[in-house]
Amino acid sequence: MCKAGFGRSGKALDRRWEQLLGDTIAALATAVGEAGVSVVRLSGPEAVTCAARVFRCSRLESLAEGRPRRVYYGWLLDGPGGRRLDDGLAWFSRAPHSFTGEDVVEISCHGGVVASRLALEAVLRGGARLADPGEFTRRAFLNGRLDLAQAEATIDLVQARTGAAFDAARRRLEGELSRRVSSVADRLLGVMAEIEARGDFPDLELEELEPPQVSRELRACMEALRELLAGAEEGRLLREGLRVVLAGRPNVGKSSLLNALLGEERAIVSAVPGTTRDVIEEGLVVEGVPVVLADTAGLRESADPLELAGTGRTAAALRQADVVVFVIDAGAGWLPEDEAAAAALPKTPVIVAVNKSDLRRWAPETAMIERIAGGTDVLEVSARTGQGLGALRQAIARAAGVRRREEPMLGTVRQKHAVERAVASLETAAAAVEGGVSLDLAAVDLREAWGALGEVTGENAPEALLDEVFSRFCIGK
Amino acid sequence: MAYRADNYDVVVVGLGHAGVEAALASARLGCRTLAVSTNLENIAFMACNPSIGGPGKAHLVREIDALGGEMGLAIDATFLQMRLLNTGKGPAVQALRAQADKRAYQAYMRRALEGQPGLQLRQAAIEAVLMDGGRVAGVRSRTGVEYGAKAVVLATGTFLEGRVITGEYAYSSGPSGQLPAQGLSDDLRESGVRLGRFKTGTPPRVDGRTVDRSRLTEQKGDERPRRFSFLSHPVPRPQLSCWLTYTTEETHRLIRENLHRAPLYTGVIEGAGPRYCPSVEDKVVRFADKARHQVFLEPEGWNTTEMYVLGLSTSLPEEVQWQVLRSVRGLEEVELLRPGYAIEYDYLLPHQLDLSLQVRGVTGLFSAGQLNGSSGYEEAAAQGLAAGVNAARQVQGLGPWMLRRDEGYIGVLLDDLVTKGVTEPYRVLTSRAEYRLLLRQSNADLRLTQKGRELGLVSDERYRRYQERKAEIDGLRRYFAGSLAGPDTPLAERVVQAGGSPLRRAETVEALLRRPEVGVPDVAAALADVAAADRECLEEAVLEVKYEGYLQREQQQVARFRRMEERHLPQDVDYDAVMGLSTEGRLRLKAAQPASVGQAQRLEGVSPADIAVLLVYLEQRRRVRSPGQGMEAPADGQ
Ligand SMILES: Nc1nc2c(ncn2[C@@H]2O[C@H](COP(=O)(O)OP(=O)(O)OP(=O)(O)O)[C@@H](O)[C@H]2O)c(=O)[nH]1
Ligand SMILES: [Mg+2]
Repeated sequence: MCKAGFGRSGKALDRRWEQLLGDTIAALATAVGEAGVSVVRLSGPEAVTCAARVFRCSRLESLAEGRPRRVYYGWLLDGPGGRRLDDGLAWFSRAPHSFTGEDVVEISCHGGVVASRLALEAVLRGGARLADPGEFTRRAFLNGRLDLAQAEATIDLVQARTGAAFDAARRRLEGELSRRVSSVADRLLGVMAEIEARGDFPDLELEELEPPQVSRELRACMEALRELLAGAEEGRLLREGLRVVLAGRPNVGKSSLLNALLGEERAIVSAVPGTTRDVIEEGLVVEGVPVVLADTAGLRESADPLELAGTGRTAAALRQADVVVFVIDAGAGWLPEDEAAAAALPKTPVIVAVNKSDLRRWAPETAMIERIAGGTDVLEVSARTGQGLGALRQAIARAAGVRRREEPMLGTVRQKHAVERAVASLETAAAAVEGGVSLDLAAVDLREAWGALGEVTGENAPEALLDEVFSRFCIGK
Repeated sequence: MAYRADNYDVVVVGLGHAGVEAALASARLGCRTLAVSTNLENIAFMACNPSIGGPGKAHLVREIDALGGEMGLAIDATFLQMRLLNTGKGPAVQALRAQADKRAYQAYMRRALEGQPGLQLRQAAIEAVLMDGGRVAGVRSRTGVEYGAKAVVLATGTFLEGRVITGEYAYSSGPSGQLPAQGLSDDLRESGVRLGRFKTGTPPRVDGRTVDRSRLTEQKGDERPRRFSFLSHPVPRPQLSCWLTYTTEETHRLIRENLHRAPLYTGVIEGAGPRYCPSVEDKVVRFADKARHQVFLEPEGWNTTEMYVLGLSTSLPEEVQWQVLRSVRGLEEVELLRPGYAIEYDYLLPHQLDLSLQVRGVTGLFSAGQLNGSSGYEEAAAQGLAAGVNAARQVQGLGPWMLRRDEGYIGVLLDDLVTKGVTEPYRVLTSRAEYRLLLRQSNADLRLTQKGRELGLVSDERYRRYQERKAEIDGLRRYFAGSLAGPDTPLAERVVQAGGSPLRRAETVEALLRRPEVGVPDVAAALADVAAADRECLEEAVLEVKYEGYLQREQQQVARFRRMEERHLPQDVDYDAVMGLSTEGRLRLKAAQPASVGQAQRLEGVSPADIAVLLVYLEQRRRVRSPGQGMEAPADGQ
């Protein structure tokens, strides 16, 4: 099942509009992070070609020379002509003998969040487009591979998925990435307006645009986009993993839990409340999900300046958290200090870990938990005996999955891919301008770049260009 | 008492630039056609600037011509000046523009109409469209004369309830002192047609004898003027110049001080005006930091000293116009002939039309030109041609004819008007065309003359010329690809002279043409086989070689675009019954009744999810209608 989902509100220049049918799409066919193996699936007339660009077979010159339904071993590259990413298997079926009725390729490689998304990004660079929600199913239906009842389910699916995706899109639109993309898009629009005004209104006495000036501006846009790609939030996730923060009042056993999950004595543990004064971070893999686990100073009111500083850093760590593990002490039960600490939690998914369950069987009342904003699971654990730690790992992976189900991950794959396409188009345009190609020709690539950025910002109505021209230049009779 | 005059296949109401092309097209397709104007002296009148062409507009003129229309021939016969614009830029934006002898242009068009078999002219003021159920039955004039018609093309321009405003004075009028068309608006509303109101403006005209040309910059025509029509033979002939000057600080001060008397700012004018044709008051207010604005003086004809003052469109009071004019450099002593004015008029909200320009729900009623919310003679003429063709086809029981966005600016124009609607008078621009490299003015005949021939509009002569040109261009391309130029040939020498790297071995002419430093003059001068070629054919062949990469890319984009355009949407889709559409999407689809999935997706408010739902619905519907088809067991699960 495809898991993509990113609706958009912009129009017209968007090549996705033109391609709702008949182009080649790709998505992950397995749930992310939960399986040992992940499968990337492509469908469409160019499926084999796209896959062959990024999958090098051990026995064949190219996957395209292979036979349908035979499995080929080889290496996935991070892009056409790129470096090796992973080894894996690939096979394909030809239209109409596939479940979508089109050419279909599947590439299986190692599972896990990072590996699977790198694989997906690779085939997108190979020329496929990220599939829309339910698009594989829809194609299967449109190509006569599903019956009416199944088709009705498809419609529901499209509806449900797109609704959620639009929400996600809106959330991202408000996000930093989109804002920064917008500012580059505006800058690009400025260049385009300068070019268009000179073409459409030759009587305006505008000085000629100098190619070096245009290419400088384009390269500046590219630079900004590249920086953005490198620094994007999802880039951090990719490098560092999911941020999981252990929080709670002093002495509940946060440091002990960190050590237990790591399997080594990393943090100092003591019976004295307020032992941990700084944020301690360690990387580990939880159920295939790369995680940065942070132990923090206990949350409490204090007059000690050192401890206050620690609390400040705790607050900072919490703000960046993807998942919070809120630790309470089964031995002590729910104290006013727990109440105060709970109030400091951010609105991210929260797992409540009732530690020291070896001391006494106790669970907080629902009313207490409800006060914790993003609270999901409540688990009994013991850092001392190791009891419940497996369940805690699973809960962390699940919480990561909750985030995935809101699809920021695939959403950002789409965004990232769009930004990458924009960079590529800008590169072509800049090179053309530098090579002496006239600006109205280079505009072909500028429009493509701008359309790609519009997929991130949701703003690519063709009218925007004219609006820009008219607001910049005094045009007319 | 109404009296029945006669019955026609097609009646065209209005003989401006749209009406003329509509009437000619209809008659040329064999329909008995009546063309009515409130004043037969004013056929094809240029109410605003005396010029035709420019980026986007020249493209339209050449397309009209390639399809067998009249505008290109008319301007070629009557131009005062001809210039190719944007010569230093790429092929997409190069465009011809001509200054016209207004009177001569009108006389030419009148002769064309009078020489057209099957076409009858009539002076009458039409005030009602006669209906018979959901069908058009004819028109009725103010004097009670009824003309029966199977199809009617409305092309009333800016005349519908026209209201002219200069300063504090406002009165009912058509442009340039002509009669407005009254009554027809109400009649259309009664038939359920919805109208909006636009305004546009025109500058004052002055006496050229009182212009101090020594203080102005002369702008001459091209030495070797080109032609609009593929049928015309370009011949050098005397041309008239345009003259460039500027507004001054004084001009701006005068305007600012009199803003309280400008109808635009006092609220006398309600209609929305075009952004690309602002009044000078607008320019001074919106671009307050600009020290001066351009003013062009354009001649209006060989037999008049009247000049058009481009850049000073205004509706300020007449005495302020005098002062404003005389504050412009070189116009210190100028005599005003006619004051500028703003005009408000009713237009038909174009999203009520289908792509053949037929009013949806009223069989046989077509609408073209400024009445549809466009601006410009060329835009009007293009719609006129399309409406005339479609009216004739309707009468003859043939299907609608249209061009797609990838086939011509005419397609872009019609689709923009109908699918997107208008918020200001619509002007065509090259930036509106997604595939503008393919839609060059230089290849309009290659794109469209075959289609025009199939329609029945293209004469034998035009068709023969098209075939010859096509053959010549193809021949040149074969020659470029097949002939080699060695290092010591004249062409190789020219390459080096132009700063290119010397040839090491022989290369094809085609390969050399791909070098940026090699162009038309080089091959024309260095290759004997090419020297004799027609210049425009040579230019076209060279262009196709030079820009092949870009052209191919646009072709690929077009292929993607077409997939959606060719998904036909049946007109009987009940959008209320399509499960899963968004509320807004449903409303838009119901209102617009798009002809294809491609058109549907361009509608504002229709989301990608709506399109997905629509595709699924179409497939369901297809299967219900032809059960047992298209189902196979899935090869494997998902
Ligand atoms: N019985 C029992 N004791 C535990 C468990 N986990 C931690 N403790 C004890 O509780 C005390 C506090 O543990 P820490 O891990 O230092 O607690 P902390 O939450 O990090 O405390 P601060 O760093 O001061 O905020 C130590 O004496 C631990 O040995 C557990 O699961 N069972
Ligand atoms: Mg601690």
